[in-house]
Amino acid sequence: MIYDVVILGGGPAGLAAAAEAKKQGAENVLILERDRELGGILNQCIHNGFGLHTFNEELTGPEYAERHINEIVELGIPYLLNTMVLDMVEHGDLKVIHVINENDGYMAIESKAVILTMGCRERTSGAIGIPGYRPSGVFTAGTAQRFINMEGYMCGKEVVILGSGDIGLIMARRMTLEGAHVQAVCELMPYSNGLVRNIVQCLDDYDIPLKLSQTITFIHGKDRVEGVTIAKVDERLKAIPGTEEFIPCDTLLLSVGLIPENEITRHAGVEMDPRTSGSVVGELRQTSMPGVFACGNVVHVHDLVDFVSQEAVLAGKGAAKYLKGQLNADVDFTTVNGDGIGYVVPQKVAIKNVDDSVTFYMRVRQVFKDKVVNAYIGDTIIATKKEKKFLPAEMVNFKITKDILAEYPSGEIRFVVEEAKK
Amino acid sequence: MYDIAIIGAGVAGSHIARELSRYLLDVVLLDGENDVGNQISMANSAIVHAGFDAPSYKLKGKFNAAGNIMYEKICEDLDVPFKRCGSLVVAHDEYEMATIHELYKNGLINGVPGMKILFKEEVHAMEPNLNEDICGALYAPSAGVVSPFELCTNAVENAVDNGVTLKLNHMVSDIEKVGNHFKITTQKGIIEAKFVINAAGVYADDIYEMVGEPYFQLLARKGNYFIFDKEAGNLVNSVIFPCPSKKGKGILVAPTVHGNLLIGPDAEPTEKGDISTTADRLDYVKQNALKNCPSLPFNKIIRSYAGLRNTPVKDTFTTTDGDFIIEESPVKGFINVAGYESPGLTSIPAVAHYVVEQLIKPMIPDIKENHDFNPKVRPHIRFDELSEEEKIAIIKKNPKHGKVICRCETITEGEILDVIHRSVGARTVKAVKKRCRAGTGRCQGGFCGPRVVEILARELNCSLDEIMYDQQDSGYILSGKTKSAKEEV
Repeated sequence: MIYDVVILGGGPAGLAAAAEAKKQGAENVLILERDRELGGILNQCIHNGFGLHTFNEELTGPEYAERHINEIVELGIPYLLNTMVLDMVEHGDLKVIHVINENDGYMAIESKAVILTMGCRERTSGAIGIPGYRPSGVFTAGTAQRFINMEGYMCGKEVVILGSGDIGLIMARRMTLEGAHVQAVCELMPYSNGLVRNIVQCLDDYDIPLKLSQTITFIHGKDRVEGVTIAKVDERLKAIPGTEEFIPCDTLLLSVGLIPENEITRHAGVEMDPRTSGSVVGELRQTSMPGVFACGNVVHVHDLVDFVSQEAVLAGKGAAKYLKGQLNADVDFTTVNGDGIGYVVPQKVAIKNVDDSVTFYMRVRQVFKDKVVNAYIGDTIIATKKEKKFLPAEMVNFKITKDILAEYPSGEIRFVVEEAKK
Repeated sequence: MYDIAIIGAGVAGSHIARELSRYLLDVVLLDGENDVGNQISMANSAIVHAGFDAPSYKLKGKFNAAGNIMYEKICEDLDVPFKRCGSLVVAHDEYEMATIHELYKNGLINGVPGMKILFKEEVHAMEPNLNEDICGALYAPSAGVVSPFELCTNAVENAVDNGVTLKLNHMVSDIEKVGNHFKITTQKGIIEAKFVINAAGVYADDIYEMVGEPYFQLLARKGNYFIFDKEAGNLVNSVIFPCPSKKGKGILVAPTVHGNLLIGPDAEPTEKGDISTTADRLDYVKQNALKNCPSLPFNKIIRSYAGLRNTPVKDTFTTTDGDFIIEESPVKGFINVAGYESPGLTSIPAVAHYVVEQLIKPMIPDIKENHDFNPKVRPHIRFDELSEEEKIAIIKKNPKHGKVICRCETITEGEILDVIHRSVGARTVKAVKKRCRAGTGRCQGGFCGPRVVEILARELNCSLDEIMYDQQDSGYILSGKTKSAKEEV
């Protein structure tokens, strides 16, 4: 059997993309999930705050996942669990996905279109090279979250957290509620990498200090963590001698960034964007390989699952259009990150595929107050996004209507943070 | 009463134990750690050196090339990943070229096969990612890279399969010679043996001093390393050494046998047991590696670690000259295999043979061969290395190979179950990692860690919080159930 669309990953992006592709006319859709259940990382996110944008209510992670899983079941979309994708290769117009699981063994699944939704993984202590010993008791925040929320086991009593990413903040609260003592959250940067609401609700409410511009310079303890040395850092993010402080603890959690998991993508030969560590995508999340789409954290790391779901709808639409031969392959616009902007997604736009507007997702490089983000084509500002404050932790959604874009035949859209022009 | 007690189940102790199991002897292998090969043998450069460095009058010079040529056989018997990728000692100027010519001459004396001195163009054709200012190199095709973990664990497994008794968590605290035998006090009771082989790594001098007058001393010298993601694994094809100096072989850049890239080590005297990395030394390693390989992608680093060398030091009471100490000590029946630093890993097949045939055999006149000795371990399944047809077949045979636990390295549940249930089976998360690489990839066990804990608990029939990362009791991972999990009980 040749599938219309195969989705690599049954997390929030995969679920929403599968549903949309099916609703837009794709008949044979299949979801491949490597874990033992659908829902992805949402299953271990038992805190609330999901779905405000999508459902207008505050759901827990599993509840948010359940709504999407129910939709998959209602639409009759099949899925395979505990199924690992080993490789994806192009074969003529088809994509062949090599997968294994316990029940079906080794399979080479053929599909006309593929949507990549593998999500992301956490940056580790090894990757950031914290000096010291390598004892038990150093966890990424997500691993600790899995142990606590899914396995029902605590992973320590006296805790220090490095990095103020959202999972770290959530885990500071979670471990406190479970009776652990969270001594501090250290953040290398002079600003937090988490959402403001998480700082308030997870740290401030529990009197957990957030130590900005501080990092861990040594992990103590040969067998199990016995403490960490923290130090202030200078503007170049180097530890300042003489500012060291020893904090005794048995556990160190890391929340120091997320990395899109694109090994399959790279191996397949899809064009990548070094700024996002994800693939280069178009307005409907088409990649450089015809028939291959990507959405969610595998494209760029989002901070709210609602935006993941929104992006997944685009990819689902794109895949359905591709199957009908209606996906326009032009590149009318490319996007560029100018001053103050770290990256922009999508990187390419074909105007004929756009219904009403294109939402550009981007992140600023540092905290900006009383500034605007301007979108330029040539020397002309075509649109402006205003916020009181732009934070690196909060993804900027910059919507530009088709009407505005249609005034320009083609070109480069450059996004720049600058003073508001009167 | 054992015939022979070996102290230390590192690469030396494990291979000597295996060689001894060729004879009908009661051998016990003692280690203070919770797993075999858990110290120096675990954290090193994993290089099988060609053997041109050490002078031929030293044991290091004698055993290096001899050990090297035995690697195909031992790695085939013990099913250990090994790759003869060759090595280059690179020179940046004429002075270094002179050193390279010296090494070449010494290599000829030591019997190193196939060496060649390369011109600039040849070096860069062979290794396009090296610094352009490199003007020549010594190429030694017999150098290689090996999995040091499996070289050790599989040797112990084979020794145990052939009758050796392994006792872990048996830290030796005292040794007494009583008449014609030795009384070894450990944390778990007294072990008696007619002969003792001291292969206690960096602690071998301390062990010897329990029974004899000190005649050598070991200095712990630390080396820091980085491991890179497999995406950077093809940056070099062979082991790249800088030109050696008095300080040692210098910061090397090497592929690992599993396809990663390794850089290190520096050398810095330290306390025994200090395997902490330090910021300044890690930076030193990076800066020096860049001199030969300027395009190292430091954003692809997945792990840093430090290991120890046990260097014999020369002072008033030592008789050594920075060489291996492999001999019967002044205490009769007590053999030291000490100062066993680089090229110890490379030399071990030859050294183990020497210790048994030249030192032990003359001490035991009525020694009998073990005709049931089987030199081979049961082969391991390495799922990721199989062809498509083999993968199809192996999952049909054992569906547990259809379930991938470690995503980064594609390690299946079948592989993890196998290493748990082997005769020197994994009991800890780290032991699983050393035996089948679950958790050695780019996520460093972030995803598979909880799964491995779960599988170990299920197979060993205990609760999740009883599973240790490494050391018994003190290496715990989980600190008890959560409130809601307690309520459910």
